[in-house]
Amino acid sequence: MTTATLTKDYYRFKPWNIGRAVIWSLFAIALIVAPMVFRSSLALTMLSQIGYLIIICLSYNMLLGQGGMLSFGHAVYTGMGSFIAIHTMNLAAKGSLPVPLLLIPLVGGLGGMFFAILFGYVTTKKSGTTFAMITLGVGELVASMALMFPTFFGGEGGITTNRVYGTPLLGLTFGPQIQVYYLIAVYCFICTALMFAFTGTPLGRILNAVRDNPERVEFIGYNTQRVRYFSFIIAGFFAGIGGGLAAINFEIVNAADSLNGIRSGGYLLFTFLGGATFFFGPIIGAVLLVFASILLSELSKAWLLYLGLVFLFMVMFAPGGVASLIMMNLRVAKFGRFKPFWALYAGLVVTGAVMVAGAAAIVEMIYHMQLNAALGPQLPFFGVMLDTSKPASWLISAALLVVGGVLMELVRRRFVLAWGHAQEFIEAEIKRREAA
Amino acid sequence: MNVEFFVISLLNGVSYGLLLFMLSSGLTLIFSMMGVLNFAHTSFYMLGAYLAYTISGVVGFWPALVLAPLAVFVLGAAFERYSLRRVHKFGHVPELLVTFGLSYLILELVQLLWGRSTVPYGLPTQLQGPLFTLYGTQFPKSRSFIMAVALLMLLAVWLLLTRTRIGLVIQAALKHPEMVEALGHNVPRVFMLVFGGGAALAGLAGVIGGNTYVTEPAMAASVGSIIFVVVVVGGMGSLAGAFLASLLIGIIQTFAVAMDQSLATGLQAIGVAVTDQTFGYELLKLTISQVAPILPYLFLVLILIFRPKGLLGTRED
Repeated sequence: MTTATLTKDYYRFKPWNIGRAVIWSLFAIALIVAPMVFRSSLALTMLSQIGYLIIICLSYNMLLGQGGMLSFGHAVYTGMGSFIAIHTMNLAAKGSLPVPLLLIPLVGGLGGMFFAILFGYVTTKKSGTTFAMITLGVGELVASMALMFPTFFGGEGGITTNRVYGTPLLGLTFGPQIQVYYLIAVYCFICTALMFAFTGTPLGRILNAVRDNPERVEFIGYNTQRVRYFSFIIAGFFAGIGGGLAAINFEIVNAADSLNGIRSGGYLLFTFLGGATFFFGPIIGAVLLVFASILLSELSKAWLLYLGLVFLFMVMFAPGGVASLIMMNLRVAKFGRFKPFWALYAGLVVTGAVMVAGAAAIVEMIYHMQLNAALGPQLPFFGVMLDTSKPASWLISAALLVVGGVLMELVRRRFVLAWGHAQEFIEAEIKRREAA
Repeated sequence: MNVEFFVISLLNGVSYGLLLFMLSSGLTLIFSMMGVLNFAHTSFYMLGAYLAYTISGVVGFWPALVLAPLAVFVLGAAFERYSLRRVHKFGHVPELLVTFGLSYLILELVQLLWGRSTVPYGLPTQLQGPLFTLYGTQFPKSRSFIMAVALLMLLAVWLLLTRTRIGLVIQAALKHPEMVEALGHNVPRVFMLVFGGGAALAGLAGVIGGNTYVTEPAMAASVGSIIFVVVVVGGMGSLAGAFLASLLIGIIQTFAVAMDQSLATGLQAIGVAVTDQTFGYELLKLTISQVAPILPYLFLVLILIFRPKGLLGTRED
């Protein structure tokens, strides 16, 4: 999956890396300012979720992007982190365990780490596709086991807690959602920084090598299995922190929901959509995950279908995710070749919108017929009234789909041509600069 | 445990195991030929069942037994041709991801076309009723039909791969694709046929599994992770290993579901007093039938610890 690994590390050895300082400050400011800009309670809920999902997706990408380990069981570590955290909170509220709420995510992290040590020993014995299958098996094992021990996992109902306990610290009770958001934001920033720092450690570097060429790593004297195992444990720790924050945020954990394969699949899907080849990709993925699961699922019953399609096309055409799309275009812009693409992108967007509108109208009508037939044949669709009983609605949608599709294919061909030219130019330019 | 229970459970276990084998054989074939772990394999199983339901409503069950796997073959081959082949150059993990995306898509499409609840896909009259009666318990015809079809299929696949020209080309294309290509064979087309063929095997399993068990949107997920266990336990890429592992897991699970013993009753039988105050009572009181769903996964973990290459596997990685 090497799509344009653009390195901006040219200035790495300078004592101060201005660009990096600016980016991290912007990230911190964004975390601080976000709830002041978006003030509604829905926005605050979404921001809180984005906060801890960033940690989870980044920890997932430690496996997928940096280690080449495709895990289908990441929810095990976030979920177990949540359970450990919520039990600790309940014990602390009873007074039998003096842990302030501030440290609960860390407890969750240790929980996730413990289970990563336990299961990781088996899972990291293999790599590649076998690793994927084993994580799937372990994920199923834990998910079905959880239903067998109702006293710890709370059975169908789950375990509830109350995050307001103990003496308030500096006047913070963590009762209001805004205080919880800032707790999450602080953890999010620190964990992101730590995980970024991890990519620069010897372990992080050798992990990349294990992903790219395990044989050579063995030859220079490293045990690839142990490298995978250590990274797996660290990823489990951060996943557990994310899980602990989720437990604080919702005050409830449910085994059927938080440990299962669907949840793990979601982390995989969105980490990949965000972009596994770049460190910041999963952050985009986490934002997309929250938008898709809260807004898109409100908007359309067929959101999983759209998600599957987007994912499929992303794997086929842009295996580096959204992050790689951004970086590739930045590269083109950096070499001053972006000009012809404005029109082409506009063309793609317009024709694509026509096609998607047609396809979505058809899908929505079919879903409407299936799920809401009792409500009558009419359904609103972006300000238009569609009528499943009239052929006109179907014909117009189909026509939009076909016309949009054909036009988009035409634009796409020109785009591919222009893109190829630009890439050729850039490569020639890089060679010329290197020679000079 | 009496003889009657033993024989009937064994037969049920073998028929379930053979169904698992029909599924895992296609998965193993695709994996050993192309290195692709087809995450959507059980989605093709589900498609087979739903297509057979629709087709058998029009022309009857027996034509559907042939037509539905053919339709699944076409769909599988088309997916390979237009999607998987494009991803091939990125490596194995994106290949797995693209089939993962496909499994989402097929599930949604099935729900879109056939609805979210079970469909009444029933057995044909010839397969209804018992085949024979053992100790007063009847063994249904449908289950013996599964066994017969699975064994026939095993034989056919084995003959195809070892005794025919196309089988030899497939085997050669697996080991030395460039050489086979240089000899004038169309290797990408061979891969397309292999993928379609593997999907068709899953489709065939769906046609006969769908009416013996239930045809519902959850059917893909319910066997999905089990057959991955089968493939790992049997040894990646080993057809014989998959056969052994599917029978083992089928039999273990069928026996386990019917057993009410627990560690607590076992301890009581040897004279240890167990009450709900005993340490770990929560674990001790679990009956074998309660832990039945996790047995395959426990088996997987144990195999990985003690024999990482699987029962009959040869690869150590």
